[in-house]
Amino acid sequence: MSALTEELREKIRAEFPKYPNKRAVTLPALHIVHDALRCVSTESIREIANLLELHPSEVHDTMSFYNFFKDEHHPLGKHRVWFCRSISCMLRGGEELLGEVCQKYNVKPGETSADGKFTLEFAECLGACEGAPCALVDEDCHMTLDVNSASKLIDGLK
Amino acid sequence: MPTFEPVLLARINTPDSHTLATYQRDGGYQALRKALDMAPADVTTLVKDSGLRGRGGAGFPCGLKWTFLPKDHPGPIYLCINADESEPGTFNNRYLMEMDPHQLIEGIAIACHAIRSKNAYLYLRFEYGLSYRRLDAAIKECYAAGLLGKNILGKGFDLDIVLHRGAAAYICGEETGLIESLEGKRAWPRIKPPFPAIEGLFRKPTIVNNVETLCCVKQILDRGKEWFQSIGVKPDPNNPRDPGSYGPKLYTVSGHVNKPCCVELPLGVTARELIEEHAGGVWKGRKAKAVVPGGISMGFLSDKELDTPLDFNGPGKVGCLGLGTAAVVVVDDQTNMVDVLYNCARFFSHESCGQCTPCREGTNWMTRILDRIRSGNGSMRDLDLLTEVASSMGIIPGTTICGLSDGAAWPVKNAIQKFRGDFEDYINSGRKSVTPYPVGAH
Repeated sequence: MSALTEELREKIRAEFPKYPNKRAVTLPALHIVHDALRCVSTESIREIANLLELHPSEVHDTMSFYNFFKDEHHPLGKHRVWFCRSISCMLRGGEELLGEVCQKYNVKPGETSADGKFTLEFAECLGACEGAPCALVDEDCHMTLDVNSASKLIDGLK
Repeated sequence: MPTFEPVLLARINTPDSHTLATYQRDGGYQALRKALDMAPADVTTLVKDSGLRGRGGAGFPCGLKWTFLPKDHPGPIYLCINADESEPGTFNNRYLMEMDPHQLIEGIAIACHAIRSKNAYLYLRFEYGLSYRRLDAAIKECYAAGLLGKNILGKGFDLDIVLHRGAAAYICGEETGLIESLEGKRAWPRIKPPFPAIEGLFRKPTIVNNVETLCCVKQILDRGKEWFQSIGVKPDPNNPRDPGSYGPKLYTVSGHVNKPCCVELPLGVTARELIEEHAGGVWKGRKAKAVVPGGISMGFLSDKELDTPLDFNGPGKVGCLGLGTAAVVVVDDQTNMVDVLYNCARFFSHESCGQCTPCREGTNWMTRILDRIRSGNGSMRDLDLLTEVASSMGIIPGTTICGLSDGAAWPVKNAIQKFRGDFEDYINSGRKSVTPYPVGAH
């Protein structure tokens, strides 16, 4: 059984015309698979490599460089929540906020909550320093957070 | 002093400023029309003569960079837009992309005409979700309106823009790291030469420009080089190699201020003016102890250096690395520099790509020494050791391929030199600080 559905394969193929070679589709393909399957498994790497006419080790080499992508032993939860720990957020309590969230939900950065609802991460500067401390929930940045507003965000995740 | 009317940020408070309809109503894409009526070389000359310097950090003259492309190359020639804004404290490109994406697209089209490129790749950091949605929608609007694609504005100019998302790696902001990443590889910066203008993306001539730089290009086409040179700081007459610091600049102010902000001002404003006049002063009635002049890789200004003009030359005169991204981060007098420097060092050890040994080992070594000091086990010898490690890594001592290492070393060198008392007091007091969150699977 293949790891990638025909729909995912089609999405990856749709990226080909944008680039002069297929190797350049490595990052887009990893994003497409990672987003849908919540990890990039060894089998997915093989199948991506096949589509891109690369050796699986080439895809893995790229994937493992970016800490962003999870393997099948550490799949993402349904959502991904990143708390910024870099300087502007740190100066305004970002690290303490992350600590409080860890304690409240009993989860460490890099881990997924027991109910599988969200994976908690620390982030390096999210570029929303005017609203420090901030967090990224999937694709949306939320600014000027405290433990109450951050909990509301996490509790509101479906 | 007369108040400065923003140009790059002029439209951000307009309702629906991100749409093509409002952009065209406000005169959008007239600069592109004008540029397409000019010969490409004339556009390059105009930008070169304006004195525009790259806004991404290095301050390299933009038009001059364009002239490095080989003449009469059969193509393809590529433009890469560096939107991997990741320097801690920096968020000005995000403002431009979220609130006025068409200004950027127009700048890209003008630049592509000038350098004879038909393919632009916009490398956007993954974290900017709203920027992605706004740019994606804006690019689609342009294709539908004949502003991208074939025979743009009926003037025989073709251009495609591809939006390419990164994967949360700071090193992709280094231009050759960005190129490697775009090609589908790990983002290891390349040894230069060859420079990207000769052999860049897909081994073809390539120009990499920052988002704010390209927005300036659009404004220069609209308003002319005389307008651009009427703003900012003229070249230093005692330095024949100084091209000056012309034009408006987006400064971001964050950290311990009452009103963190992104503000457009003439190059050369002082850190004090930014803090007092634009960011509402230091918070809680406190005073500034240290100020980052342009992202943490540029080092620190002390409280006695707040009148330093933040142009391309100012920060360097007081021992900082440069203007960088003009991201000003304020640290108040109740904060210990040991904690601040640890945060900076940890960032660079997390983001070092691992290619060059002095950087991979040096950034980690510095972080571990600072961690030792924070855990109450530091000694005075550690301060000299930090300086020694910092002095031997980077392009300046000639031991690494790219400048990440210089940026990692600079805050360490500046902090130990300018705030040594903070470190000595910390070590003598036996104080300890802990990171307030558990270290998990990372």
